[in-house]
Amino acid sequence: MSAPAAPKKVNRVGLEVLNYRGGKTTLCAGCGHNAITERLIEAFWEMGVEPSQVAKLSGIGCSSKTPAYFLSQSHGFNAVHGRSPAVATGALLGNHTLKCVVVSGDGDTASIGIGQFLHMVRRNMPLIYIIENNGVYGLTKGQFSATADVGATLKTGTVNELQPIDCCLMGVELGATLVARSFSGDKRQLSAILKAAIAHNGLSVIDVISPCVTFNDHVGSTKSYAYMKDHEEPLHELDFVPGFSDIEVEIGEGETRTVEMHDGSTLVLRKLGADYDPTSRMRAVTVLHEAAERQEVVTGILYVDPARPNFMDGLEIVNSPLATLPESRVRPSREVLAQIVEEFR
Amino acid sequence: MQASLIAPPMSVGVKVNDFSIQVATVNGSGSQTANTVLMRSIFQMGVPVSGKNLFPSNIAGLPTWFTIRASHQGYIGRKKEIDFFIAMNAETAQEDVLKLAAGSAVIYDAPLKLSELREDLHFYPVPFDQLVGPVCPEAKLRKLVKNMLYDGVAAHLLGIDLEEMHKALYKQFGPKKKKAADLNWGAVLAGKKYAEENLTKTDACWVAPMDRTAGKMIIEGNTAAALGCMFAGVTVLTWYPITPSSSLAEALIHYLGRFRRDAETGAGTYAVVQAEDELAAIGMAIGAGWVGARSMTCTSGPGVSLMSEFIGLAYFAEIPVVVIDVQRVGPSTGLPTRTMQGDIMSNALLSHGDTKHPVYFPSSPEECFTLSQAAFDTAELFQTPVFVNLDLDLGMNNWMADEFPYPETPIARGKVLTAEDLDRLGGFARYKDVDGDGVPYRTLPGTRHQAAAYFTRGTGHNDKAAYSEREDDWANNLDRLTRKFESLRRALPAPDVQLSEGATIGVVSCGTSRYAMEESRDQLGREYGTKVSVLRLKAYPFADGLGEFIDRHERVYVIDQNRDAQLLALMKLDLGVERVAKLRSVRYYGGMPLDARTVTDDIVRQEGL
Repeated sequence: MSAPAAPKKVNRVGLEVLNYRGGKTTLCAGCGHNAITERLIEAFWEMGVEPSQVAKLSGIGCSSKTPAYFLSQSHGFNAVHGRSPAVATGALLGNHTLKCVVVSGDGDTASIGIGQFLHMVRRNMPLIYIIENNGVYGLTKGQFSATADVGATLKTGTVNELQPIDCCLMGVELGATLVARSFSGDKRQLSAILKAAIAHNGLSVIDVISPCVTFNDHVGSTKSYAYMKDHEEPLHELDFVPGFSDIEVEIGEGETRTVEMHDGSTLVLRKLGADYDPTSRMRAVTVLHEAAERQEVVTGILYVDPARPNFMDGLEIVNSPLATLPESRVRPSREVLAQIVEEFR
Repeated sequence: MQASLIAPPMSVGVKVNDFSIQVATVNGSGSQTANTVLMRSIFQMGVPVSGKNLFPSNIAGLPTWFTIRASHQGYIGRKKEIDFFIAMNAETAQEDVLKLAAGSAVIYDAPLKLSELREDLHFYPVPFDQLVGPVCPEAKLRKLVKNMLYDGVAAHLLGIDLEEMHKALYKQFGPKKKKAADLNWGAVLAGKKYAEENLTKTDACWVAPMDRTAGKMIIEGNTAAALGCMFAGVTVLTWYPITPSSSLAEALIHYLGRFRRDAETGAGTYAVVQAEDELAAIGMAIGAGWVGARSMTCTSGPGVSLMSEFIGLAYFAEIPVVVIDVQRVGPSTGLPTRTMQGDIMSNALLSHGDTKHPVYFPSSPEECFTLSQAAFDTAELFQTPVFVNLDLDLGMNNWMADEFPYPETPIARGKVLTAEDLDRLGGFARYKDVDGDGVPYRTLPGTRHQAAAYFTRGTGHNDKAAYSEREDDWANNLDRLTRKFESLRRALPAPDVQLSEGATIGVVSCGTSRYAMEESRDQLGREYGTKVSVLRLKAYPFADGLGEFIDRHERVYVIDQNRDAQLLALMKLDLGVERVAKLRSVRYYGGMPLDARTVTDDIVRQEGL
């Protein structure tokens, strides 16, 4: 006699995690991107976001394929190379009630898309921007991207001599209001960061080191599993407590710092070594520079400002999505036309 | 004031309401106000006018020419010959005067001593600097006020009703700038007084009251197009500044701010973003179109080139978006402040692979207004990027226009499925040709239904929007897009055809070539006894009327304001060989608005008349 089936586990909107899954991945086995996809599925499910209210976008590249692998009940848009920020911005202009998640890569963001990335950062567009960063072009079979570190080598032995672009540094400098770095293999940290990003009412730039098992996971690569294991320096241990949850935070030993998010959620940062204040821009910039000098990769929430208004707040548009306003609200009257005509007579 | 109006003599050789005035100034000197007042004064006297501003790509200090054509026949295209010239720019004055036809009139700044150059012109020297001092005590304003003096002088010499000039000037300054208006009106009176007391009228140009402008407006095409977009219900404008389309975006921003706010909260029913470049401008417009907004961008040739990749995506992923292209002279940066029909081919065929797009060709402010509205409906009905092809001449110059018609048909949102529709249908396939017209159904992101979502991509896809590299999926999709294009052809406006009984020659054009085409038809009839039929295309893909027009005539001249005969080339792609064999090309590509004489001379040459 078999035991009765356990009740299906549902989130606060009554959905199973299955409702948050997508198509089968076509990326290489062991690709860091697949782990990020898993964390995204969990985070959206745990946060109880309705899939129909999510828009997922991407550019072109291995990373940009991933929106097909999660949230199949959300509209997805695989745009052109490096230009997903513009498309995502437009989508939010047309419907600001959507929760927008963009998945990009280091080539898509830091090489061809650096212009749109920086302007999206300047605008503090309210969306989640994930950079699946492996320092290499996978889909075209292994050329350097603009985030490759000085001295990093390709499988072919080619050594990168150009300065890498640090997308987190750019994010902090130019106006993103949540900036984080993580590692695709760090389940717990990445999960907390993604949930905080879902709660955040501004731009979240999340740079996730995500090793490319095929082209950039060898000795000499600074974006390999082995290198990350030796050089990752978490700033803090992270916990995220959603506003709707009544679960107590497991406060461990040592000091903690909490940041209250826009929607009432709480971000809990547990001190590891030195205390870190993620609300200080200056501190974030310093930490990033110091880590680069030590050839370390600091991970965690580098910067957060839950209060600063985002670009959509500044537009002063009506509450209903512009996309579905009825004719009566978007076509001025006959009298208005008559008034304008008179001005030109 | 009426008493001081001198009436034109009714003698042979007198040009009443049939001449061009040109004012040569330096840009940034504030002459635009004086020129507009001069033009409006003539317009208010009931005489058809057009105003064309020939300006440099520069902010201040370079030569600018403003040309006003008065035509009792109602011709508002450019006229090559200048009959009445006002020389305010020392730098170009000599060259300008040497180019004039014998018998022309010249008002000039006395110290320039232009009368020494020629004996076959009518010269009117005016000591502007001496006259401006008494009417404008503030020295720094004199440069601006000086221009109003020539309005007064011209009013006297041309017989312009001072009451109308007074009305035009105060309208121009508006009620809030009455003090400035008074100062400038003083200058007009001083110019008029000086002319009365010191100049003797000897030239042939006169303005006489008529009744051909009642109820009409004077408006720029860009403003008219902007108004069209507002009444079309545009909700998202994303743009990047570029001459000559910036004034379209700025006019739209102005009117949206005035007339598209929620009555209760004052919040906008629109969003405008000045993007970081044209790539972002079109990307945002496409993102907005994807979620269901009525979205647009406006640009010019260099911007269109940059938008190429994104337009291909919108074509293939089937996303509505409107692109208004105010054409300037290319290739490359070209001549940013001169006019050309340089983007006809690129609008129609933009992007790599098999792509083609509907294009509207407005020729007047009325059509800028009506066709930009139509473009939004077409974009949503057919889920595709739609171009509205203006040029600098139409967009930035002053045109007489009839009152704009209020849109009588409801806004068309196309085949959009709601959650209720999905409940009824059980689901949908994004790219399936359900109705046989090639146009599939779509859902908008945010639709609360678990069957609503689909994946939008520029890669190969099947009916269900799933990634596919299959040969049959690819070909089927492309064939459906062809069916959609043929449905479009049937939906777009038919050409405007004016047949002449017994004509063996036809002329075809689009956009602003219309004015030169119609005036040239009259010239060929009047001067050569040759009958000509004309056809003006309003949209691409071309309606069937074009083929029938070609069949009726032995030879058909296609007017192009570009070197490479782009309109003709596009017709070649659409027409059979027998029809193509009848086509001849008339081209102009100097950057000025096309004039009728250029067209007439070329047809006469090719016809051997």
